[in-house]
Amino acid sequence: MAPPPPPLLVAALLLFLVPFASASASAERADLVVTRADRRVDLTSHIVRVLTSLKVENIGPEAVSQVLLAFPNAQAKNLAAIRAFGTEGKVKGPSTVLPIEVVQPSGVPPELTFFSASLSKALEKGKTLHLDVLTVFTHSLQPFPEEITQAESQLVVYQDSAHYLSPYPVKVQTFSIRLPGGRVESYTKYPNTKLADSELKYGPFEDLPPFSYSPMVVHFENNNPFAVAKEVIREIEISHWGNVQITEHYNIAHGGAKLKGEFSRIDYQSRPYIRGVSSFRHLIARLPPRAHSIYYRDEIGNISTSHLWSDSKKTQLEVEPRFPLFGGWQTTFTIGYGLPLQDFVFNSDGKRSLNITFGSPMEEILIEKLIVKVVLPEGSMDIDVSVPFPTKQWQEVKYSHLDIAGRPVVVLEKPDVIPEHNLYFQVYYRFNNISLLREPMMLIIGFFLIFMACIVYMRTDMSISKNSPSYLAKVQWDEVQSIIQKILAIFEQCLAVHDKLEASLHDLSRSGDVQSCKATRKAADAQFKELAKELKPLLTSLQSSHQSYQIWLKVENLVAKERELQEKLMARHSTVVDSFEKKLRGQDVENRIATQQQKVAALRQEVESLLEYISEM
Amino acid sequence: MAEPESSTAAAGAGGSRLRNAFGGVLCAFTLLLIGVLAFSIRLFSVIKYESVIHEFDPYFNYRVTQFLSKNGIYEFWNWFDDRTWYPLGRVIGGTVYPGLTLTAGTIWWFVNSLNIPLSVETVCVFTAPIFSANASWATYLLTKEAKGTGAGLMAAAILAMVPSYISRSVAGSYDNEAVAIFALIFTFYLYVKTLNTGSLFYATLNALSYFYMVCSWGGYTFIINLIPMHVLLCIVTGRYSSRLYIAYAPLVILGTLLAALVPVVGFNAVMTSEHFASFLVFIILHVVALVYYIKGLLTPRLFKVAMTLVISVGLAVCFAVVAILVALVASSPTKGWSGRSLSLLDPTYASKYIPIIASVSEHQPPTWPSYFMDINVLAFLVPAGIISCFLPLSDASSFVVLYLVTAVYFSGVMVRLMLVLAPAACILSGIALSEAFNVLTRSIKCQLAKLFDDSPAASGDSSAESSSASTASANSAKNENRSEKNETAPKEKPSKKNRKKEKEVTESVPAKHKKEKKLLVLPMEASVMGILLLIVLGGFYVVHCVWAAAEAYSAPSIVLTSRSREGLHVFDDFREAYAWLSHNTDVDDKVASWWDYGYQTTAMANRTVIVDNNTWNNTHIATVGTAMSSPEKAAWEIFNSLDVKYVLVVFGGLVGYPSDDINKFLWMVRIGGGVFPHIKEPDYLRDGNYRVDAQATPTMLNCLMYKLCYYRFVETDGKGFDRVRGYEIGKKHFKLTHFEEVFTTHHWMVRIYKLKPQKNRVRGKLKKLKSGSKTSSTIAAGRKKNPWQ
Repeated sequence: MAPPPPPLLVAALLLFLVPFASASASAERADLVVTRADRRVDLTSHIVRVLTSLKVENIGPEAVSQVLLAFPNAQAKNLAAIRAFGTEGKVKGPSTVLPIEVVQPSGVPPELTFFSASLSKALEKGKTLHLDVLTVFTHSLQPFPEEITQAESQLVVYQDSAHYLSPYPVKVQTFSIRLPGGRVESYTKYPNTKLADSELKYGPFEDLPPFSYSPMVVHFENNNPFAVAKEVIREIEISHWGNVQITEHYNIAHGGAKLKGEFSRIDYQSRPYIRGVSSFRHLIARLPPRAHSIYYRDEIGNISTSHLWSDSKKTQLEVEPRFPLFGGWQTTFTIGYGLPLQDFVFNSDGKRSLNITFGSPMEEILIEKLIVKVVLPEGSMDIDVSVPFPTKQWQEVKYSHLDIAGRPVVVLEKPDVIPEHNLYFQVYYRFNNISLLREPMMLIIGFFLIFMACIVYMRTDMSISKNSPSYLAKVQWDEVQSIIQKILAIFEQCLAVHDKLEASLHDLSRSGDVQSCKATRKAADAQFKELAKELKPLLTSLQSSHQSYQIWLKVENLVAKERELQEKLMARHSTVVDSFEKKLRGQDVENRIATQQQKVAALRQEVESLLEYISEM
Repeated sequence: MAEPESSTAAAGAGGSRLRNAFGGVLCAFTLLLIGVLAFSIRLFSVIKYESVIHEFDPYFNYRVTQFLSKNGIYEFWNWFDDRTWYPLGRVIGGTVYPGLTLTAGTIWWFVNSLNIPLSVETVCVFTAPIFSANASWATYLLTKEAKGTGAGLMAAAILAMVPSYISRSVAGSYDNEAVAIFALIFTFYLYVKTLNTGSLFYATLNALSYFYMVCSWGGYTFIINLIPMHVLLCIVTGRYSSRLYIAYAPLVILGTLLAALVPVVGFNAVMTSEHFASFLVFIILHVVALVYYIKGLLTPRLFKVAMTLVISVGLAVCFAVVAILVALVASSPTKGWSGRSLSLLDPTYASKYIPIIASVSEHQPPTWPSYFMDINVLAFLVPAGIISCFLPLSDASSFVVLYLVTAVYFSGVMVRLMLVLAPAACILSGIALSEAFNVLTRSIKCQLAKLFDDSPAASGDSSAESSSASTASANSAKNENRSEKNETAPKEKPSKKNRKKEKEVTESVPAKHKKEKKLLVLPMEASVMGILLLIVLGGFYVVHCVWAAAEAYSAPSIVLTSRSREGLHVFDDFREAYAWLSHNTDVDDKVASWWDYGYQTTAMANRTVIVDNNTWNNTHIATVGTAMSSPEKAAWEIFNSLDVKYVLVVFGGLVGYPSDDINKFLWMVRIGGGVFPHIKEPDYLRDGNYRVDAQATPTMLNCLMYKLCYYRFVETDGKGFDRVRGYEIGKKHFKLTHFEEVFTTHHWMVRIYKLKPQKNRVRGKLKKLKSGSKTSSTIAAGRKKNPWQ
């Protein structure tokens, strides 16, 4: 044997040299006989699966309802899953899953761990039972040597017993090991041992007493990815808007033989299957069909090396970490995807249930610690969880997206999770659809309040003191301003009337309609009077104000100028109309009003500039 | 002819109010759209790449923000970072401009207190676009103060997409400038606002805004020099007023006090020369204020007497003060000016004396094409804007012109300061465009009015003109002015009117010249053509900006892409290497690399680095430069003495990535040689060039950088063809004795080497070494070269 026996093996040997005959036979043990035991061990990946087919016969007088299965502690500690299926009778009928629990029968050595499979129907005397036991072990392949270089391939050691370790006598048994192919460095040789292709066969052995144990070791090449996740946090968030969002955080390491020495990219790139054979560069995740919005990133950003295929049955995602993983290297990443709500959440008589797989979708990955968090929508009640295997459970509250009360979170924790644990589990809860509208309503109300606040702010006087001199001065000044605005408006109107008068003169020169012209003048006169009346109170109030002493002068000036302009205009108007009535020649009219025209123009100019000046103050 | 006039007068009260309200809403809506534009044009990087922090400095800011959000503000002020500048460390709280970090930290805190789950990274990525929207609104306010609403909107729209600013504020470019430009413009706005209103309220706000700017960026010295310059300009041109006093005096006092609160500035706010101008102007301002006050008290003759008296005494005092100042300044070694500031005044200063400043590409003077690239058509519009600023020269417009002139000078010194020029160029171009549209649309209106009013006699000409001028309301400023006249005010609350009044003050500027403008009427065809041309010009600008945002400035530089026939190829080597370092080395391992990658290594790989992008210790950088340019053995000794475990080099030779370490190597030699004279630049040069091909010098081919870059490179293609340099390398087959390759990324862009542990001494070997005196002397020489022993 090339490799020196690892310490585990020595311990096991020592242990089993002690004869078990001293162990007093308990009732369950004595009456059963295993007539045939076939063990098949699958060592192709780093997760060891052992399928044991047992044919158990009851030879005792009493019916037996339990079958004991024994494992050495060293193995039991790595046991990730155990399942038993039983079929009674000779023909292979429908098998039933048998419940399994850990038991400690009296009088057995402490180095063994016992599991008991409870039969659904007690086994009568003389009857035979077919029992298929699937056991899955993790960490059972020890890399040897523990450190290899980039170019070397990875060799691992597997230890087991060539004989089936059972508390019952075993009549006939076989033992076969499926290896991944490739080199087999060494294996324990017993008389009838055969290595063919990638299958190592022991047996058949006949008539072995209870607790027979004969250690065997196989040392072989296994370059399959040893993907071990130190921790996976899987968050399932339900949104009743139609989405189940799943986020999975991985912390993955290569659990095989550690890389020793350099990592040379040139070697890896030029001959990747020789130089770097023990590494793996991608992982495959089988996501449920209709998965959408898939992302793959880590804490420093998106990872661009991933591929996605999808069809109606599944969505397959191939993720490639940022760098190939050699032995001992590790990396972290996060994948996330959305699933349609109706595929996973069901509604039955007022209670909703989420039905989704427990484990990670990654293929052949061992998760040392899996934490599944189911985030239910805010306002969920009566939460109930049913998981097909034991887990640690507790509840948390998560706040996200404008939550007030927070979302209830069901947390499930389980160590050593393997693909066999990818079973469906259920979370039942009550949820009222009205709660969906809570956050939109909150937003609407929030924005409404903001706008209200704006309106209120615009409409209220926010100044602190109402009788400070500066405030009073400001109020007065504002008043003055408003008065001036009004005055200016009146003057604008005046000017408009002036323009009307001018226009009427133009009409006169064309049409010679004296009557209409006179009417216009009359109307203008009336308007002027009205405007003057309007102006008066404004002027007095302006005069009384303290703030207006500067403007007052200008306004006074303006009033005077405007009055003059009015008079001049009226005078000119009447002269023109008169001369029209007298049928004077145009030339004469021109002469008569020439001086007036000039004055009017000058005054108008002045009035306008004054208006502008005041408006600018 | 008279009909429309009277009808407008009658309907004036109601109609113009409605129009005013409508104008206000339209203006607000336009501003909102400009904000959205400013934000969304910067998202190209997120859409084309991903939401990730860009480049180098942003990674440091991101890391600081992470620390802040995790540990709180007090821990942040006291943070001593031991993961950088090993073994010195760095006091982050006291050496960092905290504005950006605090801003993003506050946004993050606010968002998270509302239970909106945004990560710190997301907040950091989108801080810059958010603040560019703010900056464009600030530009609107500033330009509105100077030239009215129309120009303000135009300038805001131009700034929202000016490439120069985009280059520093795309999503992910989480750098100080992102918030500093907003702070700069806003401070200027508040200054001008105070100058226009004389309100102490705005003066206080101005000081606070200046404080924010000091917190954000070292460029605050630009403000504290530009505003005094403007004050001085106002005084010299006889524009002194009490408003000027209120605008300036509180800023200096409050601003300086507040600035001294920022740890990184501290006493520099009163002790360095950059700030002296403001104090000098402060004194001058007070003297002038006193003179004006006395002038008001005394009769002209008495005033003259007093004047002569004061001037003679004052001059004497002034001389004394100036002499003391000069003496103080002269006593300090750099004459009180920091290196970067000196290189602003004397563009050749840095390259002469400080290679570390010169080595940064953004500290180089810009080329002409970069002006066209960064401000595009604005370069042509700016002169027009200056002219229109002068047409009625107000305090505000003179400030804008002064800002532009100084910014042009500074941008000519350093590429980086193009960023300061951009807002000025935008403001002036906005003014120019707005004025041009104003003139053209008004003349079209006039011409149209003439066209329709042809039938009335020519005597209606004058009135037609006046009516058309008043109805032509293309100029929104004028429009508002008119509507204000017709405002029926008493129903309004005083607080609101107060605001109106302020508006009126600013808008009196265009109103004054209403009359003159009436006469400036262009022919119809010319104005239509002019408008079309301006629109085409604007179109070109928009196209250029979008192109620049999408293609030129959105690459995050940590992930590169190239388009080939098969499609997009992604080069994500940097993150590959950082991820490897972060997951597969010990937490306390020290990683040595050239300083460019320091921030990224600490932020992404979370490993201690020797030097980083905060280039505060020249000797330390020179040590790393020396190690890189030394032979393997000497380099190993230097690195070993610094506890370095891994050495990281960036190598672009395989894929043709030009900004790799071999191209930066000349700076390593130059900076290393500046401190350790045994590194001589000529040793590495062949005919004045850095070469790594067959003609390279032996020193070059034996230095660590060459070896680490090209280790086993020849095996890729058999020849060792370097795609960046474009030739075969000089030394192809060699082995490393003191380093071992531990990781090389997929495209070889980052190579990480580990220092081999020291070999156990073999007795016989040791004796042999001792016996040969020659070898021992070389060892001694090697020892001497190591600066750490």
